[in-house]
Amino acid sequence: MSTAETFAPVREIDPYKLGRRRLAPSEAEIAAKGRGEGGPASKWVVVGYGFWLFLLSDVIMFSAFFAAHAVLQTATAGGPTGRELFDLHSVAVQTGVLLASSFTCGLAAVATDARSQIGTQLALLITGLLGLAFLLLEAKDFATMVAAGAGPQRSAFLSSTFTLVGCHGLHVSAGLLWLGTMMAQVFVKGFRPNILRRLLCFNLFWHMLDIIWVALFTVVYLVGVLR
Amino acid sequence: MRILGNLTWDAVPWNQPIPLVAGAAVIVIVLCVIAWVILTGRLPYLWREWITSVDHKRIGVMYVLLGLVMAFRGFIDAIMMRSQQALAFHAPGYLPPEHYDQIFSAHGTIMIFFAAMPLVIGLMNFAVPLQLGVRDVAFPTWNSTSFWLTATGALLVNISLVIGEFARTGWLPYPPLSEFTYLPGVGVDYYLWALLISGVGTLMTGINFVTTILKIRAPGMSYLRMPMFCWTALASNLLIIAAFPILTATLVMLALDRYLGFHFFTNEAGGNMMMFINLIWLWGHPEVYILVLPAFGIFSEVISTFSGKPLFNYRSMVWATLGICLISFTVWLHHFFTMGAGPDVNALFGIASALIAIPTGVKIYNWMFTMYGGRIRFATPMLWSLGFIITFVIGGMTGVLLATVPADFLLHNSMFLVAHFHNVIVGAVLYACFAGVIYWFPKAFGFRLDEGWGKAAFWLTFIGFWVVFVPLYAAGLLGMTRRLQHYDMALWYPWMLIAALGIVIMGCAAFCQVAQLVVSIRRRSELRDEMGDPWDGRSLEWVTASPPPAFNFAVLPNVRGEEPYWEIKQRAIESQHLPAEPSYEPIEMPRNSPTGFITAFFATITGFALIWHIWWLVGVGLAAAYAVFVWFAWRDVEEYRIPVEEVARIDRARRQARMEWLARQARPGEPA
Repeated sequence: MSTAETFAPVREIDPYKLGRRRLAPSEAEIAAKGRGEGGPASKWVVVGYGFWLFLLSDVIMFSAFFAAHAVLQTATAGGPTGRELFDLHSVAVQTGVLLASSFTCGLAAVATDARSQIGTQLALLITGLLGLAFLLLEAKDFATMVAAGAGPQRSAFLSSTFTLVGCHGLHVSAGLLWLGTMMAQVFVKGFRPNILRRLLCFNLFWHMLDIIWVALFTVVYLVGVLR
Repeated sequence: MRILGNLTWDAVPWNQPIPLVAGAAVIVIVLCVIAWVILTGRLPYLWREWITSVDHKRIGVMYVLLGLVMAFRGFIDAIMMRSQQALAFHAPGYLPPEHYDQIFSAHGTIMIFFAAMPLVIGLMNFAVPLQLGVRDVAFPTWNSTSFWLTATGALLVNISLVIGEFARTGWLPYPPLSEFTYLPGVGVDYYLWALLISGVGTLMTGINFVTTILKIRAPGMSYLRMPMFCWTALASNLLIIAAFPILTATLVMLALDRYLGFHFFTNEAGGNMMMFINLIWLWGHPEVYILVLPAFGIFSEVISTFSGKPLFNYRSMVWATLGICLISFTVWLHHFFTMGAGPDVNALFGIASALIAIPTGVKIYNWMFTMYGGRIRFATPMLWSLGFIITFVIGGMTGVLLATVPADFLLHNSMFLVAHFHNVIVGAVLYACFAGVIYWFPKAFGFRLDEGWGKAAFWLTFIGFWVVFVPLYAAGLLGMTRRLQHYDMALWYPWMLIAALGIVIMGCAAFCQVAQLVVSIRRRSELRDEMGDPWDGRSLEWVTASPPPAFNFAVLPNVRGEEPYWEIKQRAIESQHLPAEPSYEPIEMPRNSPTGFITAFFATITGFALIWHIWWLVGVGLAAAYAVFVWFAWRDVEEYRIPVEEVARIDRARRQARMEWLARQARPGEPA
């Protein structure tokens, strides 16, 4: 593969794109408004689309945990409630840290678009550090709750809280592993098409975790302290 | 610290001769097969061409093979259940309760997850890219990984036969029975990890196929030109994406209850066991349609082909498919009307359940009108399709009966219910898989299956099925509940004897299936499909040679209508010429990869370690899985190039066979 090809900005056409769109004359032949006149879509489109589907499925998995939490929210079995347990101050800091990491992750995408190795690495590093900080804060909260006798074994409410929040935390941890691997790959292989596709997927993943967290913050913590 | 966790020599059921002998026999057979493969020097071939293959056709064949083997295993469980109930009138029978409970649990689990799912996914794998006119699925290496993870699940279920035990809960592990308090053994854990691991594989299949069908099609293959099987595969895989994550979440909750003492579904500390039943059926009901929609697709293809007509009212069929896809998510509560949700909720779900009969009815009429006025050929796949229409309509009617809430209160958990769901699942999914396997077999292997044995298998299955399940309907109406290890009601006894006779007939059918395969392989030279279109087909898979080359199509077909291949064929017959030779180009195909196999190897180890609480091994398995991921992500060359001469040589041979066929068509009186 030639260098010019490798570093060309990715602007590829999806022949299956729905809806109306202004087309360059060269594109008009391929794109046919969702009718698929153009044959297989490019790899960039296929990978991005497949990853969106994965994210949807992941959101559905979270929604099952959310549903369980909604059912078990009041099942405290005589144990501590959300109002007694949740430290909104700490959760607010976690939210800020995570949202900031999403911003730096976006900056990494901007740097990648400019094909800046240093910019990408730096932005990803900050993203990772913020993610790590978020995880440590969350772990500290968990430890405090367990030490106070409010572990997940105490009541169904706490089981579902620990599982829902923990599942998000597990996703962040997996994201950190992925992020580290990605940084190494960008460093060793540069901005090849397949690396660019993976960076796109990682960005999507990291932003999805933010959206989940916003829902989680609202449903678990804000609604939780009301009870 | 115990280095092997809870695993001891007592895990092997030394005092139970049946699983011990069965397990030993399986181990001996597997070892013999492995020894034969190694001694005859076939291991490199197997590794190169199958185990590491990312070709959708090869993966499809392996899925189907896994499904058939596991269907056989599940059928043996069925034989044991029928014989036990035939013997256990006023008597203990030959299976002790704890063993009998494992058998019916394993039967359901195996048949749904490791027989029906692999068969359906295997046929989709094989046929969908060919029908779409493309060279592979969206993510070929994932595809291989999906298969091997499914195989991991199947392996874990089979390991439970000799090491430890299987769940004694029924095919869905309802709490509180499935909680640690009541079943502290490893049975439920085998169930959980087998399903969680294979569930990941299934989810990946769903993502893979939705992406393939929506983003990777031949030029001109617009949505309303896709063959019906592709539409049903799309609907089925959309359901996989929407439903399987719920199964994963639910089983994770149960695992947390069992392993870490959480209280999702327990009796105490606020746990809510009805939540499990809601969640599991929120996956479970769509699962029924994940299986049955592709079955409908297969029947659409078969009935249209063997009637020599386009599918009647194709567009209404598409709408019916998508309608079923949607409604399937609104009916889960009909699996537990007796929970006590109240008359309003029950009525709503009862009506929604009965509503599914409408799009399904549309489909039945479309198939009948497709046959109407056609020149029907009664080949084996067509017999299975006709058998399906009769069986499925009756099964559907008993389903509408069960959707009526007051009736359901009486029939809930009875043998009537057992008869009903076998009536629809066997009658639709299993019949479709047999029809599909016979229909696409010549495409996969280059020769047809023997019609005589195939038809014998059909008739014996068809008759045997009714002899088994009409008695079960009757026994259910007489009040017999499901899963009885023994009973003393004289009323039920004769029906159990008749059902046992039925299972003997179905055993003969299973023998005919095996004979069909063996006889066909021996007679393959006379059954050879030289031209690639043995059934006078209508969709694009019949354009290719049998078996198709790795790249399927030398040049992607340019689709101009609903039945592209039929039009190409008719034009060729009219003009007595094939279209002009295209200009060939070199083709890039995905390279084979052992990623799937290695991932599954470590997944098996991790699963086994989790079941037996061997924590250090869990860590090793997970670390290795991550290492495989990084190693795979590091490879640079993802594709290999097939040179243009090779493409041209292969495609010219295909065109040569077609031209000879055309010449034969020109001379009437000679068999085509």
